Amino acid sequence: MTDIPNPTPAKKAKAISPLRAAMLDFAASPLAMIGLFVMVVMALSAIFAPWITPQNPYDLSQLSIMDNNMPPGSESFGGMTYWLGTDPQGRDMLSAIIYGLRMSLMVAVTATLCALAIGMAMGITAAYFGGRVDTLIMRVVDLQLSFPAILVALILLAILGKGVDKVIIALVIVQWAYYARTVRGSALVERQRDYIAAARGLGLGHARVMFRHLLPNTLPPLIVVATVQIAQAIALEATLSFLGVGVPVTEPSLGLLIANGYSYLLSGAYWISVYPGIALLVAIIAINLVGDQLRDVLNPRLRR
Amino acid sequence: MVAYLLRRLGQSLLAVIAMAVLVFIGVYAIGNPVDILINPEATERQRLEVMERMGLDRPLWEQFWVYFGNLLQGDFGRSFVYGESAMSVILQRLPATMELALFALVLAIVFGVPLGVIAGLKPDTFTGRGIMAGSILGFSLPNFWQGLMMILIFAVFLGWLPAGGRGQTTEFLGMRVSFLNWDGLKHMILPAINLALFKMALVIRLARAGTREVMMQDYIKFARAKGLSYRRVVLVHVLKNIMIPVVTILGLELGSMIAFAVVTETVFAWPGMGKLLIDSINRLDRPVIVAYLMLIVFLFVLINFLVDLLYSVLDPRVRLAQRGAQ
Repeated sequence: MTDIPNPTPAKKAKAISPLRAAMLDFAASPLAMIGLFVMVVMALSAIFAPWITPQNPYDLSQLSIMDNNMPPGSESFGGMTYWLGTDPQGRDMLSAIIYGLRMSLMVAVTATLCALAIGMAMGITAAYFGGRVDTLIMRVVDLQLSFPAILVALILLAILGKGVDKVIIALVIVQWAYYARTVRGSALVERQRDYIAAARGLGLGHARVMFRHLLPNTLPPLIVVATVQIAQAIALEATLSFLGVGVPVTEPSLGLLIANGYSYLLSGAYWISVYPGIALLVAIIAINLVGDQLRDVLNPRLRR
Repeated sequence: MVAYLLRRLGQSLLAVIAMAVLVFIGVYAIGNPVDILINPEATERQRLEVMERMGLDRPLWEQFWVYFGNLLQGDFGRSFVYGESAMSVILQRLPATMELALFALVLAIVFGVPLGVIAGLKPDTFTGRGIMAGSILGFSLPNFWQGLMMILIFAVFLGWLPAGGRGQTTEFLGMRVSFLNWDGLKHMILPAINLALFKMALVIRLARAGTREVMMQDYIKFARAKGLSYRRVVLVHVLKNIMIPVVTILGLELGSMIAFAVVTETVFAWPGMGKLLIDSINRLDRPVIVAYLMLIVFLFVLINFLVDLLYSVLDPRVRLAQRGAQ
């Protein structure tokens, strides 16, 4: 270092906040932006389903049995076009899919948030206190992760029974271990930093240091895991519902819609099963694209 | 080595016991099994009688010992639906599942390893990228959906293969197997591919990562410098060195394949253990559910143990490290 750098340009570069920089990095990938766009469109249509669907597929007064099993694009008695066809009850598949998406997303997002909260608390506790607490928590995590998620979920639902709340509980129990492990990993590194010792030295309590100082610094890898896990949760819920141990028939998710159409698949009425399947597929791929890009943006080792 | 094995064996036993306790809590402590067993209109007196006969009026810890003692003898009670011992109901279905899982495992290796090696040798070409994109799809798409699409394409539209069922079986070593006759094989192709796809994606990734790492090693450069052909270097030197992680992970994955077979068997109506589990859940056949659970836990623990053994045989570094530690 021979000359002192001019402070002004450095200041200018600093004017971009880390959040903004991350957003700009994220936008650099067109594929990820498409994924994000699809994700937002799907989330909005799920939230506003009752207002945007052509009919309420579970209001029997709006269904006409005359319109059953119509192929995509056919016109109903009332002059409405069924763009994606109808099912054996004369239900508009497009409406059914949007409602199914609503159910799938609701279950997956709720479960992921709950699992995130539990896993985060457990992981931070394990890393912060170390010793026996750490061993105990991580043994449970290891034991659970040594069994495939689908198996654990099946067992839980076999014991708990059917229902939306039960599916959410099963997904939470299946997922918390991933977050606990991720948080513990990064918290172990952060715990050694001086700012934690400083915070303790100031006389702050354990809870405050853990959640106000340690936690925010372990968030980036957690966001990446959580994004990918939402996709996993959607897929797992769909699988469970397809197997008939998930959500009840009165509130079908995409998985249950696919299962309902399964019996008609062999007779050639492909649309009842295939279109909900495509919706499921698009949702999962979009979330994975976003998750992949987030991983690249938030991983400091890959930073240019 | 012996000390290491004993310690691993101890850990395995602990895992089985832990699962047995969890299953006990799940089945006995949460909810009273009697509620499912008897008619809801039964009188309180009948209810108590059944509870006494099943030993449910005794303290929980005593019940646990009875349950645990029965487990040790392989007694899981009688299936409510089939009226036979729950374990024998499951064991009758075991060969069908094992055959499917093993066939799928073979498919995953036979197709996964070469594809992964190609992707690892040419990571930046169209082929390499294409293979990786395919493996990402294999990972992220739900298994049952892939199965449905296969049925739609190959059974409904093209009509080449049957959509489900097991087809004809042949007697082989006292078991009924599908792979020895054409009809049975035809029924097994789609479910086996379906079960294999996820693992194939995994094998491709492992083989690719392994190949990229091995290709940079000095012994590969040396082998090439020595005048060995590219073909021989890849087929002998690279392949041998990437097989360790592939074998380890796949061994571990055999257990999860049996678990995933639940989905595949349901989609393709394959009469194995997985379909039995789903049927039993729907019919509340608890003895069968418990028996399936304990069997699969046992299989998992056994597989983990065997893989550890195999690993130390395959990789001399592991063996030597243990010898050095003694």
